[in-house]
This record gives sequence, structure tokens and C-alpha cells, in this order.
Amino acid sequence: MAVEDDIRAIVAEYAKLDVPMDEVTDTTDLFDAGMTSHSSVNLMLALEERFDFEFPDQLLRRSTFASVSAIKTNILSVLGEGTDGT
Amino acid sequence: MKTNVLVPTDRLEPTVGRRVGVDLVSVKEVEESLRRFGRRYLARIYTETEIRSCQRVRKGAVGYAVDSLAARFAAKEAVVKVLRPDGVRPAWRTIEVVRHEAGWCTIRLSGLAEELSLRAGIRELSVSLTHDGEMAAAVVVATGPSELLT
Repeated sequence: MAVEDDIRAIVAEYAKLDVPMDEVTDTTDLFDAGMTSHSSVNLMLALEERFDFEFPDQLLRRSTFASVSAIKTNILSVLGEGTDGT
Repeated sequence: MKTNVLVPTDRLEPTVGRRVGVDLVSVKEVEESLRRFGRRYLARIYTETEIRSCQRVRKGAVGYAVDSLAARFAAKEAVVKVLRPDGVRPAWRTIEVVRHEAGWCTIRLSGLAEELSLRAGIRELSVSLTHDGEMAAAVVVATGPSELLT
């Protein structure tokens, strides 16, 4: 499964959005879609578990978790370019 | 004879600046996080002092007062709103709720949270926590010189 599919599955389970996932595009603002600060913690922990890493303190910013696309970019930046997450 | 002198408020120089932050957290969501992520959730968000403060031992088993954990999470988020980070936000553990014996709480900052507080000129942070049923909330008031809190 591709990184993006994994991220979308985790967002669907942990972000507690007010909208169905099929309405969430790669650039949909997840906070605007209903994700709370506490839900973003669960999202962060689930992503760390799935991809076996820990978000460094410098990535603890709203923009890191603002969209599926942003999450993917930041995970790949930590794991290294070219990681396919499989 | 006592005379009251009224001074128009626009002639008074403000001597204290304030910022206020508030946050509301679902107790049920904190309970779900604790069940799902366990120690990882606690260790990422709360200091050892906070964890001990929320520990409850019943019949030899250690549990956690999830309403108290939720109130502390709300306090941390309320502090972040007061600190107004422009970019990287302080890690949750750098904002600590310290409960005193009499029951009232204060805030202790470290790391980036402390740095942001100093940069803003904040001299004092006051916090009030509450929880009832499914929700927990916290209000934080920061005070300091007016020119530094704009």
C-alpha cells in the first residue's frame, strides 16, 4: 500500500473529521474539516506507529498535520526521499 | 466630606497587558487515546509530575483520572493560545500543570514554551481547570507590561 493510502486510512480513523473521507482531497485543511488539537495528537501517534518514527519537535506545527499532502511531505522528509512506505 | 473624582478612562495609561486562552477537550477522547496508545500517549503529552498527579490506585491496580488528564491537555492548549507561536509550537511536555496541595494549579514552562513567554514579556500565567461529565476545560490568563503583550 502506498504511503498516501496509509495516511488517508489513518486520517479516516483518527482525525475525527466532520466530513466523509471521499470529500477529503490531498489539500483539504483537516483542521477546517473538524480535526481538533487532541485528534491531531492521535493522528500523530498513529502515523508514528505505522511508519516507525517520531515527529521531531521542529515539526510540531499546525502546518505539519494540515492536510494529507502536508503529512506525506513531512513524513517523507523525516524518513528520507524515495521511501515508498511499503 | 469625601469627594469622588471621576477620571475619563481614555486619560488612564494601561499598566498591565493581558492575553487570555481557553480550550475545551472531550474526556471520552482522552480515555480512548489512553486505551489505544497507553504509555506512549502519556509520555508524549504529560510530564511525570502530571502523570503522578492523575494516577489513581484502586484495589492494587493503577489507573488514571481521565477527566484530570483532559483538563491538563486543555490547559496546555490554552497556554499555546496565549503564547501565540508563529511556526513551531512548544511540545506539550514543556507546559506543565502543577497541582498544589490545596487543590489549585499553576503553570510551569520550560524549553520553547518558556522562551516564547519571555519573548512576549509575560510575567505571570494564571490557570483555572474544570471538568464535568464528558467535557474538560481550562482558561489561562497571562499578564505583563502592556507594550509587550500587544
